[in-house]
Amino acid sequence: MNLNLDFSFYNWDLISNFVLKGLYFSVMLTVVATVGGIFFGTILALMRLSGKKWLDTPATIYVNGMRSIPLVMVILWFFLLVPLLIGRPIGAEVSAVVTFIAFEAAYFSEIMRAGIQSIPRGQVFAGQALGMSYGQNMKLVVLPQAFRNMLPVLLTQTIILFQDTSLVYAIGAYDMLKGFEVAGKNFGRPIEAYLAAAVVYFVMCYALSWLVKRLHKKIAIIR
Amino acid sequence: MSWDWQVFCEDTIERQPVESCFGKGGDITYLDWMLSAWGWTVSVSLLALLLALVLGILIGTLRTLPDRPMVVRLGNAWVELFRNIPLLVQIFLWYHVVPTMFPVMRGVPGFVLVVFALGFFTSARIAEQVRSGIQALPRGQRYAGMAMGFTTFQYYRYVLLPMAFRIIIPPLTSETMNIFKNSSVAFAVSVSELTMFAMQAQEETSRGVEVYLAVTGLYIISAFAINRIMAFIEKRVRIPGFVVAGGAGGH
Repeated sequence: MNLNLDFSFYNWDLISNFVLKGLYFSVMLTVVATVGGIFFGTILALMRLSGKKWLDTPATIYVNGMRSIPLVMVILWFFLLVPLLIGRPIGAEVSAVVTFIAFEAAYFSEIMRAGIQSIPRGQVFAGQALGMSYGQNMKLVVLPQAFRNMLPVLLTQTIILFQDTSLVYAIGAYDMLKGFEVAGKNFGRPIEAYLAAAVVYFVMCYALSWLVKRLHKKIAIIR
Repeated sequence: MSWDWQVFCEDTIERQPVESCFGKGGDITYLDWMLSAWGWTVSVSLLALLLALVLGILIGTLRTLPDRPMVVRLGNAWVELFRNIPLLVQIFLWYHVVPTMFPVMRGVPGFVLVVFALGFFTSARIAEQVRSGIQALPRGQRYAGMAMGFTTFQYYRYVLLPMAFRIIIPPLTSETMNIFKNSSVAFAVSVSELTMFAMQAQEETSRGVEVYLAVTGLYIISAFAINRIMAFIEKRVRIPGFVVAGGAGGH
């Protein structure tokens, strides 16, 4: 085994010059895609649960389509199509944000759908019996409970999403992995850079999933 | 925008249409290239699946052993390690870091390293499913095995695992489909699979939409095929009178 590693080139200057910029983008992409994905995912889930065919069918096709294509292909598709549609080139970063919102919406909508379906029908009927409109019923009765049921799954999906942001590599956007890679190339130490990237990703994702587990336990006690 | 599907019949070097759409005498068309790329995707995925199944079943089972806290802890560590590092980073580790640190691995082709990366990554997820499958079984099954005088190996082999495998077929199906999707990440280390083909052919021909559509279609066909095969297996191994409801281990 050849363990001739040298991490001494990692100083604060390097980290703030290369890594932090990428980390900022990765986190920003995760947050924006989570918020946007939950928003559009809820709409998709409501379309699928509406019982109206003209709403259900397109949403089903969209969700199943997105879920059967590799994320890398979706990233490439948007990078190719969005400029064609709006008629001017867009940056890799903007393209990545649009892609992740559209892609995650499909996954979040499935979580939402399961969450909404986990609410007993009686709750909906009770809301209707109180004279609530569909919107009121959703907003005041169903969604608050559904959100709470699916919070652990949503957060786990967010951790997966954070890991997946590394795939913007395909279109050359500057995320955390890219930051480490550039740093490694500049200092002629690619091995250490990849190892450091793995450690940072591991620590972040492990800490987050540990928090989700604790949260899950907390919610489970209350219920 | 107009379609130009002719591009698939073109020679990859001179960019001239070939009549039968398949190259002759050593020349290849984009269609040839795409089909061979599909072959790479399928081979990487199936080999990785094999590796992931072997490792995942082994580790998932070890994680449920009674009175072996060290083994359980090691199994848990394995799962956490491979689950919390992005697949792309793991592929870079296997491709760039492992051959440098372990000189034995230096001659290993990139294709094999990607199979390792994808297989180890997926083994953690399968181990998790196997564990929850075994733990979903009623506790009495284990005790019944013990009461029959079976050794630990025997009651796993004859009582717990046969039921657990049937329970986890649905999540295994989606994991198998995930492997096919995840194999696309191999583009990053120049394995000539479908996504790599899509990127390069798009660049060379600038008929991106046609190329991407064809590649996307092949991914969907692959996913659908897996889905059907697993549904067939699930039907074949079903035990009459025993309905598995939603992975809850039901009776």
